[in-house]
Amino acid sequence: MKPPDFDYVAPTSVDGAIKALGSDSEAKVLAGGQSLIPLLAFRLAGPSLLVDLARVDGLDHITDQGDRLVIGAMTRQRRVERDPLVANRCPLLAESLRHVGHPQIRSQGTIGGSVAHADPAAELPGVVLALGGRVHVTGPAGDRTIESEELFQGFLSTSIADGEILTAVEVPASGPRTGWSVVEVARRPGDYALCGALCQLQLDDAGAVMGVHLGLIGVGDRPMRAHAVEAAVLAGANPADAAELAPDGLSPSSDVHASSDYRLHLATVTSRRALTQALERAA
Amino acid sequence: MTTHPITVEVNGVAYERSVSPRLLLSDFLRHELHLTGTHVGCEHGVCGACTVQFNGEGVRSCLLFAVQADGSTIKTVEGLANGDSLHPLQEAFSAAHALQCGFCTPGFLMAIDSMLDQLSTMSEAEIREALSGNICRCTGYQGIVEAVQATVASLQQEGR
Repeated sequence: MKPPDFDYVAPTSVDGAIKALGSDSEAKVLAGGQSLIPLLAFRLAGPSLLVDLARVDGLDHITDQGDRLVIGAMTRQRRVERDPLVANRCPLLAESLRHVGHPQIRSQGTIGGSVAHADPAAELPGVVLALGGRVHVTGPAGDRTIESEELFQGFLSTSIADGEILTAVEVPASGPRTGWSVVEVARRPGDYALCGALCQLQLDDAGAVMGVHLGLIGVGDRPMRAHAVEAAVLAGANPADAAELAPDGLSPSSDVHASSDYRLHLATVTSRRALTQALERAA
Repeated sequence: MTTHPITVEVNGVAYERSVSPRLLLSDFLRHELHLTGTHVGCEHGVCGACTVQFNGEGVRSCLLFAVQADGSTIKTVEGLANGDSLHPLQEAFSAAHALQCGFCTPGFLMAIDSMLDQLSTMSEAEIREALSGNICRCTGYQGIVEAVQATVASLQQEGR
């Protein structure tokens, strides 16, 4: 369980990090390391160079940009979880963090690291997708942003190119009369969910749903957005009826933890519970 | 591979060493500094036995390389007691029979000590969830939860 040999560099600027990353075709970015280091321990990854972003200036921040929150890639999950601005402006993100691993994982794990790792059962990629967020990346050719629906390309893979570094995650700030909910079914607290539903919705002055975001995790090779359920809710369906549409377009694989059918069942159950709780909180 | 010089403060003592990048913080503490109170269980971030405090926060020392710890302040279980007088949490573990074989105990102590403020407002169910990052195969957790509750109560009585 000892990691293989590798070289290590801890640059202090984004430019320095990109140069280091470009200097070695087998280089990997090290953020919080809470997913990467186990992969190294199991020798499932064998980079020749780790580029540690922990000392890079300007990647640890939570910035209120009015209608959006921008969170630096190296901001530790525990900080975001405890941040009053996040609790106020993006309650879905704040609540989802309590489901990420354990406190000892979140104190070292980062927002950007989790999103870039793109585990299909992880909460943070699911939140970014559900809310229609985006990520900022910088590479040798300069800066660009990637919309969440373009970001997640499959199991542990994103459209962030080789040599690029994720520098910030951006999520829309919530408006008035917003409700949210994170519902997961997992064997133990802190485990990856067999299935989880991440919901945020907003009511208009008359109390009707004017916007709804529902993301599902653990039911595919990437986080999924439950468009059919969202459309039904917007058309006036109640949570139970709308949630019946959650399995639409999903084909989760079976594994030792749960069968495909059971995961589809959980997609309906978690969606219903999440919609119900989000509606209660918005009211 | 080249080694990297690091400076760390562990339990109030400054150390300078040169480390290989692949050296885990858990192995650095045990093999280089001979602080063997930090236990290594699964070595891939699941069991929590290797929990230490890193700049005041509980972390798994098997999920951190020593080279990342350059410039940091670390507290291990050896830093918990004050000389021969045990920390109130250690006293509570003893009184509540919160350990049997003791292998997981250093990890539990360092995790709980890093969360005492938050634990003081938690229900029993919430305490159990907060401790879910640490695995104990002997006690069934009841004594551990009782030790947390007793510690929190005694610290509140002292007005801390």
